[in-house]
Amino acid sequence: MLLREVSYARPASIEEAVALLSEHEGARALAGGQTLVNVMKQRAASPDVLVDLGKLDELRTISVSGTTLQIGAMATLASIMRSSEVEVSRPILAEVAATIADVQVRNRGTLGGNICVNDPTNHFPPLLVALGASMTVLGTGGERTLTADEFFVGVFETAVGEGELLTRIDVPAGGKGAGDGMAGVTLGAHGTYVANAAASVADGTWRIALGCVGAVPVRATAVEEKLAGADVDEAVARTAVEGLGATLDPPSDVHASADYRRSLAETSAVRAILQAAEKARG
Amino acid sequence: MRVAATPTSSQIVTVTVNGTAYEREVPARRLLVHFLRDDLDLTGTHIGCDTGSCGACTVHLDGVAVKSCAVLAVQADGAQVTTVEGLGDDELTPLQQSFSDHHALQCGYCTPGMLMSASALLAENASPTEEEVKVGLQGNICRCTGYWNIVEAVVAAGKGSA
Repeated sequence: MLLREVSYARPASIEEAVALLSEHEGARALAGGQTLVNVMKQRAASPDVLVDLGKLDELRTISVSGTTLQIGAMATLASIMRSSEVEVSRPILAEVAATIADVQVRNRGTLGGNICVNDPTNHFPPLLVALGASMTVLGTGGERTLTADEFFVGVFETAVGEGELLTRIDVPAGGKGAGDGMAGVTLGAHGTYVANAAASVADGTWRIALGCVGAVPVRATAVEEKLAGADVDEAVARTAVEGLGATLDPPSDVHASADYRRSLAETSAVRAILQAAEKARG
Repeated sequence: MRVAATPTSSQIVTVTVNGTAYEREVPARRLLVHFLRDDLDLTGTHIGCDTGSCGACTVHLDGVAVKSCAVLAVQADGAQVTTVEGLGDDELTPLQQSFSDHHALQCGYCTPGMLMSASALLAENASPTEEEVKVGLQGNICRCTGYWNIVEAVVAAGKGSA
């Protein structure tokens, strides 16, 4: 399929990338292209200028600084799966990366791309909210850091403004007494989600985020409070999650009615909580 | 390597395909699969769905399997590309022979992509299990075979080279 005509530049530095994005109207960062190139075929996106981040190796690094796992926005899903830093600090990221699409897509697709698209059915937005991640965004005016709760703004929308570039995702390293889980129903084994939940516990404090039930990941704060400090087993998890669905206003579509999504959100939350609790017990 | 400071609607691309270096001016909007098929006449790489789903267009880009319908030709600037034409010379590779021996194709349309995904898998894991082959070929759709013979062919090729 032919794409609409587009201009293209491949900056050699992050600063040059930001300059290109801010100087050209209709400019868009091209990361792995596994979403963008395909939606450009459908004309669902029609950027005038593509700023290809492909040569910016400094955006691909994965490292640990103190108790923070720092992942460059251009780290591919495949590199996250192979990273010893991820395996030691926050293995759930690799486990979830391995469930996205297929080998070829994971070889090109990036963490930054997955969250900047902010498709409500994507895997990483709810997971990063549950993990308490933060995002570093660079613009011509300098750098700013956003929490994951602030980063996701709407369907296909993030807090990354025009002329800005997501450069890094920071995730607190897990440790003893910490555990993460993610569960849901997908279209096909490794397809996009119909509904999901991600849960994370550290020293009895919980963060739970639901995907596919709103424009952005939805925090289940009432459930988090009920679980705080609890010795979590299946009965405790089910009791804590009871009534969660009624608080949600999910969309209805060809894959699931709103009511079915409410039910899936509850079931997914219970499963994610139990996974996290089990890992936290070691 | 050339770096464009000003966005342009076409670029000079230098790319090595199956060991041969090419330098071509290509429109920025041209997909790698069209560059391979239409500019270089390497029609072994097929276009199946053109939506990044079916894997018929799989090639190796700097050694890793990618869907060439989801990569712009300009993104391959400076890269090494291997297509199905580059797998063997005049003789079939052990993997290709195994496809033949196990009747791992019917219409053959998906086969170039299957071979490129399978050869990338074997390069990383010389003797994959049935389960590993299924995961490795998840991005490749076949509408004829029901996959059994393809999986058997790749497992057997792995055993042969281990």
